[in-house]
Amino acid sequence: MRVAVPVFPGSNCDHDALHACGTVMGWDTIPVWHQETHLPENTDLVFVPGGFSYGDYLRCGAIAALAPIMADVKRHADRGGLVLGVCNGFQILCEAQLLPGALLRNESLRFIHTDVHLRVERMDLPFTRAMKAGEVFQVPIAHAEGNFTLDPADLVDLEARGGVAFRYCAPTGEIGAAHVPNGAMNGIAGIVNLQGNVLGMMPHPERAVDPKLGPTGGLGVFRSLAEAFAKA
Amino acid sequence: MKVRVSVQLKPGILDPQGKAVEQGLHGFGFEVDHVRIGRLIDMDVPGTDPAEVKAKALAMCEKLLVNPVMEKASIEVL
Repeated sequence: MRVAVPVFPGSNCDHDALHACGTVMGWDTIPVWHQETHLPENTDLVFVPGGFSYGDYLRCGAIAALAPIMADVKRHADRGGLVLGVCNGFQILCEAQLLPGALLRNESLRFIHTDVHLRVERMDLPFTRAMKAGEVFQVPIAHAEGNFTLDPADLVDLEARGGVAFRYCAPTGEIGAAHVPNGAMNGIAGIVNLQGNVLGMMPHPERAVDPKLGPTGGLGVFRSLAEAFAKA
Repeated sequence: MKVRVSVQLKPGILDPQGKAVEQGLHGFGFEVDHVRIGRLIDMDVPGTDPAEVKAKALAMCEKLLVNPVMEKASIEVL
């Protein structure tokens, strides 16, 4: 399995992504500078990492979405290739129109770094297939703009088509406004595109995979990807 | 020609920054409501026909300057 990690000026979770995919999972993982025009040959997964690409100028992810490498990321997605965007990576995928919606300032106006619980809403995705229905897992968040927003009519569509992959919840799996750290509509933490091959999420599964560094709640996402590729 | 693009959050989109500033103004005793914070983008655009220049600025808004999910813009040729 080959993973490409696009690196933008201001990316700061690229090494977390490289560690999770390369060191922990043992995949062939390649950092790709944003000025490149092509992904490595036979890339299976593009992991768009978190950070503050281009200093969050204009809007988070807006400038990175125009980087030369993103044109090939779009082609990869159009071919059905897998794309995972985490945190700033999620914002970039929204700005690149690979995913619907936008991430606004947190309701509290604060940068929030804490552990959250997520409930798995879709178990049939390459990103979640090793997880169980309604499974709850714990991963960290670290963002100031994670307040997922969509036009009300588009939100209804997103929910109706099962576009929500992960929702913030209580440790027991209960959902509700009290468990949403950033004001995101419907407690949405992660979404997938219509085809189910592009996933964006604010929480960081790649920061919770190595027992030497702490809890491993994020492993489910990576085990799912491993399973998806073993079957492919 | 000088062009000014004013980008605002759409009505209905929560503006926590505007809210915070509004509360700050209330703290000074100002009676004020619906404070919204936006962004001003000034630029020089080549051309002499205001309509043509405005059309160029509109294209820029669609491509980059505005995220239609949450923002709307007004364009002024100065």
